[in-house]
Amino acid sequence: MERHGTWTVKKGLAEMLKNGVIMDVTTAEQAKVAEAAGAVAVMALERVPADIRKEGGVARMASIQKIREIMEAVSIPVMAKVRIGHIAEARILEAIGVDFVDESEVLTPADDRYHINKHEFKVPFVCGARDLGEALRRIAEGAAMIRTKGEAGTGNVVEAVKHMRQVMDEIRRVKNMPDEELVTYAKEIGAPVELVYEVKKLGRLPVVNFAAGGIATPADAALMMMLGADGVFVGSGIFKSKDPEKMARAIVAAVLYWNDAKMLAKVSEDTGSPMPGKAVEELAVKMQERGW
Amino acid sequence: MKIGVLGMQGDIREHIQALRQLDCDTQIVKKLKDLKEVDGLIIPGGESTTITRLMKLTGIWDEIKEMAKEGFPIFGTCAGLVVLAREITNAKEQETLGLLDVSVERNGYGRQINSFEAEIEVEGLELPVRGVFIRAPIITHVGDDVKVLSSHRGRPVLVAQGKVLAATFHPELVKGESRIHRLFVEMVNGK
Repeated sequence: MERHGTWTVKKGLAEMLKNGVIMDVTTAEQAKVAEAAGAVAVMALERVPADIRKEGGVARMASIQKIREIMEAVSIPVMAKVRIGHIAEARILEAIGVDFVDESEVLTPADDRYHINKHEFKVPFVCGARDLGEALRRIAEGAAMIRTKGEAGTGNVVEAVKHMRQVMDEIRRVKNMPDEELVTYAKEIGAPVELVYEVKKLGRLPVVNFAAGGIATPADAALMMMLGADGVFVGSGIFKSKDPEKMARAIVAAVLYWNDAKMLAKVSEDTGSPMPGKAVEELAVKMQERGW
Repeated sequence: MKIGVLGMQGDIREHIQALRQLDCDTQIVKKLKDLKEVDGLIIPGGESTTITRLMKLTGIWDEIKEMAKEGFPIFGTCAGLVVLAREITNAKEQETLGLLDVSVERNGYGRQINSFEAEIEVEGLELPVRGVFIRAPIITHVGDDVKVLSSHRGRPVLVAQGKVLAATFHPELVKGESRIHRLFVEMVNGK
């Protein structure tokens, strides 16, 4: 008998993406560029985060037609975003056969209190988190993959670093905590105690953890790998750069060579200018604050 | 004896863990020089297009082809099998190593929603293996020298040819399962 949509199958796809780069794309042509450059998956979007930020308004799930075009254009997995708590958008993406759903703070939230119960779906979900408690709450709801949030569309890596350091720091603390302290700690960070026990046992999150939100250069990607990311999402960083093909290839190579400075220097040499960046102090909206 | 796991991209850690259960020395192979230090190599699951690109970038691609001529043992799972195959029927433009005489259809069962788990019988093993098939390839044709060790729905899912072993599923994703890896270790040991 074949069993579909099991936890092993959902989490397993995330395991296959490890040490890879997932790139935001808005057209079939961009998806092909990403695939040729070595992306392990693409995220199909209507607008990249930098444009969502600039244009404002309500950001929703991308049009079905656009997602289908991207799915037809490439052989690698295609992910797409839904608004936080938007069960119907998620059901639609599942129905058209998207490989991974991102319940994302980059879009305007549909529910100001609750996230989707992701256990009820056969398609796997990835969710954003800024700390261990948030990551474990999302896993408790059924997320098969986590990405630290950073601050999308800024080309500024500082928030991505902050969130990855925060999650890793809390994991290290849990690892060294005696069992009798775990229940109180779970209460403090608002996480299910069973998952806190599991983090202690594994010494890491029970699912794959990528970095996201502000990665704009090969060096940024390497930095996130140094801090313990399993891979990286690059949103606006590829197709808002001067030469997307070169930048995409260089970031893929940087994720391979993150601990080899000579090779990093080589891959960083000829990338063209990265996307323009934004300081956190200049931001009117902090997307990272969405999600509960 | 030391077994390498190709460290380009994919579920490298899970293969290392499976090998450790068998008390093997392991090495993640990221550079050409790492390849010289191992007695056999696992190409893990991941994205075959990415793994291929990075193998070429590092020079490992050409080196492995040479080493395979001398009987260097290689085990590929899922994307690893795709990389080893003679041809990809639905992506003819994607170059392969051609070290295993099989034709494969990438994502043969469909997209992620069609990924599944199923119990599969493997030749020589008493109890079935829990096969995890993730966007798995389908082997559509096997050459005369290829031995089929397991099939599912009438299609080969575990095959061997000389010192090359390949599975369309992921034994490394099943905790405590090391029987398929043991087959490879025995192959490396010359049994």
